[in-house]
Amino acid sequence: MGNGTELGRVRGLGSAKEGAHHWWAQRVTAGSNLFLTLWFFVALVRLPAYDFDTVHTWLGSPWAAIPLVLLVLSVFYHFRLGLQVLIEDYQHGASRVALMLLLNFFTFGSGAIALFAILKVAFTATTGVPHV
Amino acid sequence: MVVSILHRITGDGMATVGTVVLVWWLAAIAAGRESYHTFYHVFGEVAGGALGYLFGIGMTLCFFQHMATGIRHFFLDAGAGYELKVNRAGSIATMVFAVVATVLVWAYILGVK
Ligand code: HEM
Ligand code: HEM
Repeated sequence: MGNGTELGRVRGLGSAKEGAHHWWAQRVTAGSNLFLTLWFFVALVRLPAYDFDTVHTWLGSPWAAIPLVLLVLSVFYHFRLGLQVLIEDYQHGASRVALMLLLNFFTFGSGAIALFAILKVAFTATTGVPHV
Repeated sequence: MVVSILHRITGDGMATVGTVVLVWWLAAIAAGRESYHTFYHVFGEVAGGALGYLFGIGMTLCFFQHMATGIRHFFLDAGAGYELKVNRAGSIATMVFAVVATVLVWAYILGVK
């Protein structure tokens, strides 16, 4: 197998040369996910309670808000790449394009809500309470 | 073989179900007491918090399984661990780890707390 003709590539039949970058980004984010998700996990389990005041105070602390922002960026980027592979493996033609669009809406939409929510709580926190 | 599909299922599960709940949780905290109460009610109070336990334990298991197979991936990507025996032992180890870690975490949550 060669690399396809110039015409074939123009028609989208050759490699777009995005594969290696995708593969690498998936692994870089896998590494950052590892640390950030473990932190989040421990932090959640260690919270003394899960009522509004407790979680609101916790999220208002930079010690929670900043790593959580990083977690959202890392995890969402990671799963955006992962779900893309899933779609590419099972879907072809028009439905693939539609699902890719949907995936982007989902990732950026939910990511925007998540980041906005974290920052809103963090920026309106009234006390400089140390984290729990 | 089986852990490769587990890696995919757990990753996709966290990416979809996990994301929706995480975003809901964050948005509810940001929106205030009322909204948080709705969330809390759905996951913590309806049917004795059944949905909360289902989601919580399910996500814990997905997380540890995906983490273990993800780390295993790093070794395979580096070209190590392709001998049949080692490969098989490694894949079984990821599942044992995921189950044990999940049990420990939840024993801690339910027992110690
Ligand atoms: C604990 C840290 C994590 C590690 C070490 C990790 C590792 C990996 C690795 C190495 C891959 C690539 C597998 C391949 O190329 O075949 C991958 C794929 C994936 N990851 Fe993660 N991941 C982590 C956390 C997460 C989280 C938190 C999510 C979702 C919220 C997630 C969702 C996915 C998805 C959807 C895929 C694509 C699976 C597929 O269809 O092949 N990962 N992960
Ligand atoms: C992301 C959204 C999550 C929310 C909103 C959430 C919320 C809650 C709420 C409301 C409760 C009930 C608290 C109580 O009855 O004392 C609860 C309990 C619990 N949640 Fe979560 N949780 C979330 C995620 C998680 C995750 C990811 C885990 C585990 C990793 C987890 C672990 C627990 C545990 C362990 C309990 C305690 C059960 C008990 O003490 O009866 N939660 N969570």
